[in-house]
Amino acid sequence: MASVSPYAKRFVSELTRQQIRRLIASGVRIDGRALDQYRDITIRTGVVNTADGSAEVSLGRTRVISGVKIGLGQPFPDAPDEGVLIVNAEILPHSSPYTEIGPPDEAAIELARVVDRGIRHSGFVDFKRLAIDPTKVYVVWVDLYVLNDDGNLVDASNLAAIAALRSTTLPVAVKDESGVIKLDKNNRVAMPTDLSKVPLSTSIGKIDSALFVDPNLEEELSLSGKIVITISQSSIVSVQKTMGFFTESELMQAVDMAYSAKQKLQEAVLKSLV
Amino acid sequence: MKQPPVPLLVEGKRADGRAPDQMREVKIEVGVVSNADGSAMVSYGNTVAVAAVYGPREMHPRHLSLPDRAVMRVRYHMAPFSTKDERKSPTPSRREIEISKVLREALEPAIFLEQFPRSRIDVFIEIVQADGSTRVASLTAASLALADAGIPMRDLVIGVSVGLINGVVVLDLNGLEDNYGEGDMPIGYMPNLGRFVLLQLDGAWTREQFAEALKLAIKGAEYVYGKAREALKAKYFEVAEEVAK
Amino acid sequence: MKFVAPRQLIFPGDVVATSDEVVEGAIYLDGNKYRAASIGLVEFREDKIVVVPLEGSYKPKQGDVVIGYVKDVLAMGWEIDIRAPFPAWLPLSEATSKYVDIERISLTSLLNIGDAVVATIKSIDLTDEFPVMLTLREGERLGKIESGIVYEISPVKVPRVIGKKGSMLSLLSELCDIIVGANGRIWAKCKSAEDELLLIKALAKIEAESHVAGLTDRVKALIESIKRAGQPRP
Repeated sequence: MASVSPYAKRFVSELTRQQIRRLIASGVRIDGRALDQYRDITIRTGVVNTADGSAEVSLGRTRVISGVKIGLGQPFPDAPDEGVLIVNAEILPHSSPYTEIGPPDEAAIELARVVDRGIRHSGFVDFKRLAIDPTKVYVVWVDLYVLNDDGNLVDASNLAAIAALRSTTLPVAVKDESGVIKLDKNNRVAMPTDLSKVPLSTSIGKIDSALFVDPNLEEELSLSGKIVITISQSSIVSVQKTMGFFTESELMQAVDMAYSAKQKLQEAVLKSLV
Repeated sequence: MKQPPVPLLVEGKRADGRAPDQMREVKIEVGVVSNADGSAMVSYGNTVAVAAVYGPREMHPRHLSLPDRAVMRVRYHMAPFSTKDERKSPTPSRREIEISKVLREALEPAIFLEQFPRSRIDVFIEIVQADGSTRVASLTAASLALADAGIPMRDLVIGVSVGLINGVVVLDLNGLEDNYGEGDMPIGYMPNLGRFVLLQLDGAWTREQFAEALKLAIKGAEYVYGKAREALKAKYFEVAEEVAK
Repeated sequence: MKFVAPRQLIFPGDVVATSDEVVEGAIYLDGNKYRAASIGLVEFREDKIVVVPLEGSYKPKQGDVVIGYVKDVLAMGWEIDIRAPFPAWLPLSEATSKYVDIERISLTSLLNIGDAVVATIKSIDLTDEFPVMLTLREGERLGKIESGIVYEISPVKVPRVIGKKGSMLSLLSELCDIIVGANGRIWAKCKSAEDELLLIKALAKIEAESHVAGLTDRVKALIESIKRAGQPRP
């Protein structure tokens, strides 16, 4: 299996591309936003009652559902005192006319892994408190479902994942008569999360030398560069360049944009989550 | 944080004796696979990557070819015997699939793909021995193999990793440091054009550490670039010396 | 302003000259600087700088004489491998001026899979299913190769086989009858097996040492030394 340059089915006309470039050069976007402005964000939790935690996020017209399922498992040998986090993403065939049915492709795998790294390195989830005994830990499955792709799947998915995790309740682990550890689904405690450490990703697009946050789909198809920067508290916890190139000064500018976007995203998150 | 079996940094010296800003020994050889259009083997210490390039050649199936540029296919793969632990399954992992993607996206900005519409350029990278920084050693090997194949490029792409150990920014993580350090930042850099084409990061970095890491990455990439030029020159100078005899 | 010297070995990204100079070959313009786009050797020719690539694949050009192998026989022509990144097509109408009744005659009797042909590139159209169209009707000594050998070298070394003002080719032509395909395939028919082996040695030397000055003299010396050694002592 190899990574292949994607077929350019997601087509944007040269006229639209020029329009986007022209507007960006004068500091506005094709949908009227400023360069540092996100689309409207709505976060709803508890949207799937069969899951142990769930959320639906709209970022403009991009829609992602996240469901959390809790299981029991063995810890990783290199982290015996920590619970296990597994993030998976499905870009559903619903999400655009160009998405095919099939197992997660490289774009979905990258999406899941970028979200995973932000959560893992932020301290948002206290994995130590997900250890039950030396052989048994909680396994936290986060499944991201992209329902509609209007650009910037990473930030929408990241918000959906943290909102779903925040809303998750853990079934209490109990020992039965024979000493086997089981989950008591009727007896639940809150997922150990710390909102002050919430990882917030900012996707930054580049057209010519202009940088801007939260590219929509039309903009994504016109980009010359793209980078995702995830910040928790005052630390950079994850970065992924996914397209084109950046100079050193552009990277520092992108980091500063991510720091200020993080403040605004955090307000939106705190407003929606308790 | 996981406890390392040995201290990673003591009085400015790393576990393997290096200074924070020091690369491991870099070995580069160009033209190691005679059947390929271009090839290179790159070692950063015990990490060994072999890259082979075929193309531009016909794209099959034809309907997947692009009308305005060449398609690039990049495969990063680890040999089952390349890791210290148990045998690695040869089935591509999610990690290998992601790395293949970021390597392709690091090489595409370097190549004049538009000169070869409807064709395909294949880059195959195999990690023969892994001791940290495998993806960046792969990137250096791949770009040298592309240059060796004569595929028109804007610049070579040099890969180096930068990491965070006890709050100190260090160059070229080995496997131990990768496992137990506080942060990892693989970088791909075009030394002549000053462009970053691969950048990933995990861990917890301050803005200042990030800025310092970029500077250290440039310094490391320029050092490796010097070695890469020597390796390319060696291929032609050996012939010239032979002739002079 | 020039940043390179004659016969300098350069690598992708190296600055060659500022944009006010005349620069050709494996280069690209980056702002106001020409940079090398390939591993190459710098040559100064009159008022211009030429970056000659030392590696690279064959890029078909209209009018090129190429040597190809028949890969497939289709209803109205042949698919030919010419070492290009896309397939080449030789239509029946370009293979012969004679009328061929395809109801009665199989195309395989004219050219079959594995046959070698010398052909000219008639046209290139990247929107076509077969972007390169070949012809056997526009040029000299075109057609199916019936005998001799085909030797492959790197396509970027073809100018070295021809040499300055054809000097290398005329030297080699003293040994054998030669057609040099622009795609790096060289057809030769030699008078003896000794000459054939000598030609192959000379071509291998040209390919390996193309970036070292004095190539024609060295090839001449090689041919003479082998010929001398092979002759019976008086």
